[in-house]
Amino acid sequence: MTDAAIAAPPPSPGAPPMPAVPAGKLSPINRRRLANFKANRRGYWALMLFLVLFVVTLFAEFIANDKPFLVKHDGAFFVPALVTYAETAYGGEFETEANYRDPYVQKLIKDSGGYMVWPPIRYSYRTINLNLPTPAPSAPTWMLTDEQCSKASVGRTPEGDATPTQGGSAPKARTCADLEWNWLGTDDQGRDVLARLIYGFRLSVLFGLALTLLSSVIGVLAGAVQGYFGGWTDLLFQRFIEIWTSVPTLYLLIILSSVLAPNVWVLLGILLLFSWTALVGVVRAEFLRGRNFEYVRAARALGVSNRAIMFRHLLPNAMVATLTFMPFILSGSITTLTALDFLGFGLPPGSPSLGELLAQGKSNLQAPWLGISGFVVIALMLSLLIFVGEAVRDAFDPRKTFR
Amino acid sequence: MTDAPLLSVRDLSVDFARENGRALAVDRVSFDLAKGETLAIVGESGSGKSVTALSIVRLLSYPAAGHPSGEILFNGKDLLKASERELRKVRGADITMVFQEPMTSLNPLHTIERQVGEVLRIHRGWSAAKCRERTLQLLEQVGIPDAAERLDAFPHQLSGGQRQRVMIAMALANEPDLLIADEPTTALDVTVQAQILALLKELQGRLGMAMLFITHDLGIVRRIADRVCVMTAGKIVEQGETARVFAAPQHAYTKKLLAAEPKGAPPPLDPDARAIVEVADLKVWFPIKRGLLRKTVGHVKAVDGVSITVREGQTLGVVGESGSGKTTLGLAILKLIASEGRIAYLGQAIEGFNAAAMRPLRADMQIVFQDPYGSLSPRMTVIDIVTEGIDVQGTRLKPAARREAATQALSDVGLGADALDRYPHEFSGGQRQRIAIARALALEPAFIVLDEPTSALDMSVQAQIVDLLRAVQAKRKLSFLFISHDLKVVRALANDLVVMKDGAVVEHGPAAEVFAQPKTDYTRALLAAAFDLEAREPEAVAQ
Repeated sequence: MTDAAIAAPPPSPGAPPMPAVPAGKLSPINRRRLANFKANRRGYWALMLFLVLFVVTLFAEFIANDKPFLVKHDGAFFVPALVTYAETAYGGEFETEANYRDPYVQKLIKDSGGYMVWPPIRYSYRTINLNLPTPAPSAPTWMLTDEQCSKASVGRTPEGDATPTQGGSAPKARTCADLEWNWLGTDDQGRDVLARLIYGFRLSVLFGLALTLLSSVIGVLAGAVQGYFGGWTDLLFQRFIEIWTSVPTLYLLIILSSVLAPNVWVLLGILLLFSWTALVGVVRAEFLRGRNFEYVRAARALGVSNRAIMFRHLLPNAMVATLTFMPFILSGSITTLTALDFLGFGLPPGSPSLGELLAQGKSNLQAPWLGISGFVVIALMLSLLIFVGEAVRDAFDPRKTFR
Repeated sequence: MTDAPLLSVRDLSVDFARENGRALAVDRVSFDLAKGETLAIVGESGSGKSVTALSIVRLLSYPAAGHPSGEILFNGKDLLKASERELRKVRGADITMVFQEPMTSLNPLHTIERQVGEVLRIHRGWSAAKCRERTLQLLEQVGIPDAAERLDAFPHQLSGGQRQRVMIAMALANEPDLLIADEPTTALDVTVQAQILALLKELQGRLGMAMLFITHDLGIVRRIADRVCVMTAGKIVEQGETARVFAAPQHAYTKKLLAAEPKGAPPPLDPDARAIVEVADLKVWFPIKRGLLRKTVGHVKAVDGVSITVREGQTLGVVGESGSGKTTLGLAILKLIASEGRIAYLGQAIEGFNAAAMRPLRADMQIVFQDPYGSLSPRMTVIDIVTEGIDVQGTRLKPAARREAATQALSDVGLGADALDRYPHEFSGGQRQRIAIARALALEPAFIVLDEPTSALDMSVQAQIVDLLRAVQAKRKLSFLFISHDLKVVRALANDLVVMKDGAVVEHGPAAEVFAQPKTDYTRALLAAAFDLEAREPEAVAQ
């Protein structure tokens, strides 16, 4: 008996086999993994909290938007959050999209006997609050005194939407309660920080997921080919990766961003060029180990093609290592995006970016709500992902014993 | 039995933490061991014999393992209650161990001198010079040639048998009262096994120590032990004097174990049967590359000019020690590794075939591997494993027909259709090997290479697999190339025999003839080691 077998003695040969796994149910090993994952309470609740945040921010348009999601005008219903309507649809003058924050449009709708149903936050990530009580960056509204607030004109009144005439002198607010609140203040361009955080969280996570998935797919394929075929393929590919990873990514990004107009897809492509190498090593090692397994030899003796052997017999072994690494790669991807945005080489100006918020916090130290809220969101997001990653690692650890 | 035994194990139980509670591995075993006596614990894998031995010096992985009951009295002192500090004094000094796998039980980064000397330094606090002197003496005692030069050798520079000798030297260093040997010869070739057993027996007689010998091999028990405990499913079902237990076994399990030797005779030899596979002057040479430019400076001749013929319905046995090229020969015939020389299947030369050209032939030429734990993909269900070959061969079967084919193949190897949707880990070693055979049979081949199909299995299961193979062969007129180092199994299956040494055939002939009148010294040594466990003519075999 080997040492490993001592730690976990195999079932005796005469023991009856366990009951069959019904089709569609989790196999025992996956059930064990799920139990292990749940046993890590911190990781489990981190995943739950992260999923809640992620799903909620996926519907950011219905939480923070400068368009109502339902408008009733002249007996007809409109859904501005999903469909673009011209101002003329409400009897206005311009062919351009209606600005629902404009008191004039609000009055048109109200006068027709209609109403608007607004999201809880009436700012989108690019809405500029033209009605600031203090110069931008403006502090969270709850931090302001009534005196400061009274300098701004009324966005809405307790009786409902205000009805000042366009261009006319709007009535001034009496207290802060009269204003449309910026819960976490505004940035230096007068945009609502909370709205930008919600959109920024979504963009970061989606970007991170896309980068992680794409680089994992490429990395797993590259590692699989290297490990499976070995020899010269492996040797040349490894040398190529060594040279490739020694290219200074940041400088290249700075150069590229001066040539290409940066948008999400360009950025994704550039980062992908360098991030796919993360998983190659582990997957290659798994394939190198696995290609001499007897069941791989047996498959070869059955005449199974190389591709089928790689996908059906070897890939499942490599997936454990891949899945264990994934949450960490995800948090790494998010950090990379944030760092580039912070330096100003990231997403195009105006995008809801957490890195840009941090940069603003750095240049506006008199406005601590910028830096603090940005920091809290990024720290929370990365901590949750790391906790999830730890739980995933526990779940896939075959040596984990139950106490 | 003397009044005060050296070691007295009373009602010892061992359990392990599992997902759902604790599983009992050893259930209230008791035995005594007197000074200078040899006690063998024999049982099949999973019977708890190794766990019992390891718990004597508390080497299990605690706290996953626990002892719900029992005491282990060594010289009157309960080791289960001893502190870790006291235990460390006992381990390596009064009680020492020899493990099964000499390849992994020595630290590859330490020289022999350092490994053996460490035991002396820790327990006796000797100086380096004194340790060196004693180490040299020990190495000579365990029969390592040129011991003085070997002091600075690293484990990888020694053969398996020599490593096991070093392990024994370490175990003897402090002149222990009790030596626990946990399957010390299982990983070794038969000829080396015989030498190691002779060495242990001789040393025990000279040093007067007691020996606890864990093994699954009844032949070893008969040769070495004074008394024997038979274990199964965590319990000792029978114990007594070796001669008495072998002559008149009381318990049903002991009887079963004793009757479990592979039996029966191979089908009669028919030299005129149609040749299925012919191999002429087959060579598998691995180049040795040296230097900056990786120039080929020589070759490892794994298979060197072998010519064999396998006939319809017949079994050609290939025997030899590890490293003799038997497995390489089997893989080369199936074109799983590159080779030179003629390979013909039904008269058609296939040596030049590429992977695509070989694919249709894969249905006719199959292989069963040694390790049933490694040869089945752990993530595929049995039906997927068994029918993978059919799918590959291009016949797209409907689900019902696929199930039918898999059921048929499984029933040929004595498994029911309820096995289809399970995963390999739910089966025992013998059942897995049946599944591996079913996978080979599903394609209805004419020729199967059996690469040590019984070596990883327990004795009683071995006998079942041998019977199964013979039955399948008779039913389907199959031709086997049976590769094994276990001559007992070969005798029960092969009607033609090839003895290989260092890649070349040293003896070839009808099996009955070779077994009765071996012509070469090498074959004689193999036979003596396998059937009498005798180390004969050591110059003829590897050290």
